[in-house]
Amino acid sequence: MGAFRCAVSDGIARVVLDLPGEPVNKITRSVREELDQLLDRLGGDPGVRAVILSSGKPDTFIAGADIEEFVALRSREEAHELVRAGQRLLNRLPALGKPIVAAIHGACLGGGLETALACTYRIATDHPKTQIGLPEVQLGIIPAAGGCQRLPRLIGVRAALDIILAGRTLPAHRAYRAGIVDELVHPAILDRVAGEAAARLAAGWHPKRSRGGLAGLFMDRTPLGRAVVFRLAARRLLRQTRGHYPAPLAALRAVRHGMRHGVEAGLELEARLFADLAVGEVSRNLVSIFFATTALKKDPGVEGQAPPPRPVSNLAVVGAGFMGAAIGGVAVAQAEVDVRLRDTDLSRVARGLATAQGILAERLARRRITKYDHRRLAALLSGGTGWEGFRRADLVIEAVFEDLEVKHHVFQEIEARVRDDCVIASNTSTIPIARIAEVTRHPERVLGMHFFSPVDRMPLLEVIVTDRTAAWVTVTAVAFGRRMGKTVIVVKDQPGFWVNRILAPYLNEAGRLLEEGVPMEVLDAAMVRFGFPVGPITLLDEVGLDVAEKSSHVLHQAFGDRLAPMAGLRRMVEDGRLGRKSGRGFYRYEGGKRQGPDAAVYRIVGATRARALPDDLQDRMVFALLNEAVRALDDGVVRSARDGDIGAVFGIGYPAFRGGPLRYLDTLGAARAVERLAMLERRHGARFGPAPGLLRLAEAGGRFHAPHPR
Amino acid sequence: MGAAAAGGRVAIVAGCRTPFCRAGSDLKDLTAVELARHATVELVHRAELDGRLVDEMYFGQVVPSPLAPNLAREVSLLPQFPRTIPAVTINRACASANTAITQAHDQIALGHAKVIIAGGAESLSDIPILHSRRFAEMLVAAGRAKTLAERLRILARLRPRDLIPVTPAIAEPSTGETMGQSAEKMAKINGISRQDQDRFALRSHQLALAGTQDGRLAAEIAPMVLPSGAVVAKDNGIRADSTLEKMANLRPVFDKRYGTVTAANSSPLTDGASAVLLMSEDAARALGYAPLAFIRSYAVSAVDPADQLLMGPAYAVPRALERAGISWQDIGLVEMHEAFAAQVLSNIQALESREWARQHLGRSEAVAQFDWDALNVMGGSIAIGHPFGATGGRLTITLANEMRRRGVQFGLISVCAQGGMGFAMVLEQR
Repeated sequence: MGAFRCAVSDGIARVVLDLPGEPVNKITRSVREELDQLLDRLGGDPGVRAVILSSGKPDTFIAGADIEEFVALRSREEAHELVRAGQRLLNRLPALGKPIVAAIHGACLGGGLETALACTYRIATDHPKTQIGLPEVQLGIIPAAGGCQRLPRLIGVRAALDIILAGRTLPAHRAYRAGIVDELVHPAILDRVAGEAAARLAAGWHPKRSRGGLAGLFMDRTPLGRAVVFRLAARRLLRQTRGHYPAPLAALRAVRHGMRHGVEAGLELEARLFADLAVGEVSRNLVSIFFATTALKKDPGVEGQAPPPRPVSNLAVVGAGFMGAAIGGVAVAQAEVDVRLRDTDLSRVARGLATAQGILAERLARRRITKYDHRRLAALLSGGTGWEGFRRADLVIEAVFEDLEVKHHVFQEIEARVRDDCVIASNTSTIPIARIAEVTRHPERVLGMHFFSPVDRMPLLEVIVTDRTAAWVTVTAVAFGRRMGKTVIVVKDQPGFWVNRILAPYLNEAGRLLEEGVPMEVLDAAMVRFGFPVGPITLLDEVGLDVAEKSSHVLHQAFGDRLAPMAGLRRMVEDGRLGRKSGRGFYRYEGGKRQGPDAAVYRIVGATRARALPDDLQDRMVFALLNEAVRALDDGVVRSARDGDIGAVFGIGYPAFRGGPLRYLDTLGAARAVERLAMLERRHGARFGPAPGLLRLAEAGGRFHAPHPR
Repeated sequence: MGAAAAGGRVAIVAGCRTPFCRAGSDLKDLTAVELARHATVELVHRAELDGRLVDEMYFGQVVPSPLAPNLAREVSLLPQFPRTIPAVTINRACASANTAITQAHDQIALGHAKVIIAGGAESLSDIPILHSRRFAEMLVAAGRAKTLAERLRILARLRPRDLIPVTPAIAEPSTGETMGQSAEKMAKINGISRQDQDRFALRSHQLALAGTQDGRLAAEIAPMVLPSGAVVAKDNGIRADSTLEKMANLRPVFDKRYGTVTAANSSPLTDGASAVLLMSEDAARALGYAPLAFIRSYAVSAVDPADQLLMGPAYAVPRALERAGISWQDIGLVEMHEAFAAQVLSNIQALESREWARQHLGRSEAVAQFDWDALNVMGGSIAIGHPFGATGGRLTITLANEMRRRGVQFGLISVCAQGGMGFAMVLEQR
């Protein structure tokens, strides 16, 4: 056999899954077929009294079903048949008549966990690599190999929904506490303990499992209690997904149906719902984002033969303001590097260190790190007003005031102190990197690392390269950004880079609509309906109006009237309305909490009274963004449509279920997009003139991405 | 010692320290370990040091916390270093950091190590307060008890006075005499007047203030950012408003009637830490460092604690000079630890006395003739403060830096310590 090894001794069959030629175990067609045969043999062998299932891979038990296989599904029928076959196979495990112990070390996810759930007994290693969960809904599908049936029966409906509906993955000790695994052991004794458990089970032992407390008994084990749980969960899901993400609701239905009508009925519904979802647009888009993210994790950031990234163990940050400090804090928390914060006066350094320490403190409070981790990591942060520690630095990130002269001065200061193999990055969002690099002796080691605020939450990093940036510098910055936990796209040094470039026309259009008298909450609601996490006006308040004003001004200068900002933005800034950080912007804030819209804003921006809401307001904002994305892509700002979509989804919260702006244009079809733009152009002016690249695609019937397999 | 040994001459490459703050003030919420870690991280940055180069660490601490008894190891486990650096915490009372430095010196001189961080730390805001022996015994017994009833029976024997905590005092275990009483006794025996003591203390404050204002003292301090976000960048015991008149108004602490030792002419209880980077001369040069100074010699001594407890330096200094092969005239700068003005002045008196030299050293000439312009030129422990375990590191850093500034070839450190001990070290520049 290929994927499974099996050795029997003392009546116990030790089955080891070790998929040939793959770094991790996953459930492929051949694995299923082999397991089927193996079960025949084990069931028929009177010398086998119990079975242990474990993995031959170092850090995975079973990572899940084979995604490639599921992506290749062409029809509902095919999808339905696939999961039904999977369900039949896993149903054979409890029906084997012999106990099966899952000995779990490493990732045990999706189909992997569903396999373990079908076993009699589960033992997991207490090791950071052992992660247990059902992430299916994150790919727009649901656990359909019995996960929606077996998990709630094992740990209770409420705990199971917590995991299934959010697509959650738990570290081993949490999975143990939740009751998903029966024992938690050191990796060194996993095999031995599994052997002992198998022997006990073979001798007729039944493990005792807790059924939760009194409240748990009612909520989880009575139809009435469960009905309450399901209703509350459904309400919460509708609020969270706004109907854009069908998978969690489908999973909820599958669990509910199974609890009401029995496992077999539940499995049947699981399969039907899975089949609907698997070939649906949302899942396809989410999977494409997943694949793009996975591919970006391996992308060195340069074309052709990439040099190895230089190791970064010491980072220096110049400018201990909010951005610089947060970059330092995340670098410590994620990459665990030594961070030196530098600013001109000690009180600024102190505030910066406090901000950075705050990021660690939050992780401690959320129990993402232990107090021992915290102590160790906190000691990595230091700061001063001098340039001490800069010769140790492997990477310097500049985050000082956005002013070319100031940056020139700072870069010269930095260059005078660092080693020749040190990478120097600017966190600028508005100044061309090439201009900053002009004053340096070694412009080849200068690039941009554009983080987004708040740094500890925003997942994207734009690495901006100039014509002169050396390949080793790019790969080093990309690799380090990844260590900071960011999804990194490499972007050309053009005004606005990628994210701000495509964001600007969208925000500008929102501003225009505001000036035309559309209430801000209507604008926000329209884009939330489209799928953005927040609307454009709220976004402006969050980003900071001064920051947005500066950025839009730079883009206006660079690209002309197409990107002309709303006139009122500057007046808002002059009025001291900088958004949430200043306590007032478009909305009112009290004690950090947002109140309602501020009526005074309409007067400041000179809004006219709208007679009726324009029927194309969502289109205007969306197409402004889409059209600019095509132009920027044609300008070579991003290296591929993949990077562009990832940048939009992770940088501005473009709805992931739509796959990104370029994927969305593919879905619409270039020709239809051109039509809509042409109509907007007729109604609202030249700024909506379809991008040349889009016209070309429409003519040739082309696409930005290869189509989803269908 | 020194150049002839396997590892060659030992260089003091860099050093820094936390601000020294009166116990119970700015640094009160930090532990000695945290203070030592801060000084060491800052040293790493200031020296642009690659942590992987460090072979060993030695730190001094006099009142260790039972929660982290080997402070040096907690420092060597800083994330800036590999986790494989052996580390020892040393207690030679007020000369602990000095002894940490000489341990480092010896290991380098023997060729066992090339790069060592040595220093010391103390938090007198965070001293262990103990339960009474009886209460402690009961707790241990109750912990071992098998049943609840047995446990309760043991705890029922508890009496209110058992709950009175035991605070360690700064007293000689062998004589019961406190430091201050010893200093008081020495002032009387050696005839050191209240006025001379106060004048010396005032000088300490004035010179420390000048050293702070002109940046020389500040240069050795690594400012601290507290968890509250507050910045502590300066020693907080240095008084700008001291006058002889104010000092004269203070009542003696240890002998209310005939005493002369007051809070003003003694060093205060202090929190702080220091860290010094030592390397073999060859390693320093190979790594591109320009050493501040080199260790030429050192010596330790001890006297009968029942006699004049703090007279150790008068014995250690001539020994160190002899080992250095130089005479007093060669010394261009002196850093004397100021536990009490009475102690400093008693030692100076002895070192300058031909009679004392004849009686106690069997020498015909006095050991020293002090040049007051070269003694504690930025003040001393009375003004700056005295975190027991850390002071030796401060003396070494201050002396090495100032020798550099003044172009002095030889400098001397002297320290008195509990138990009647004395310490002296000679640094050289070239």
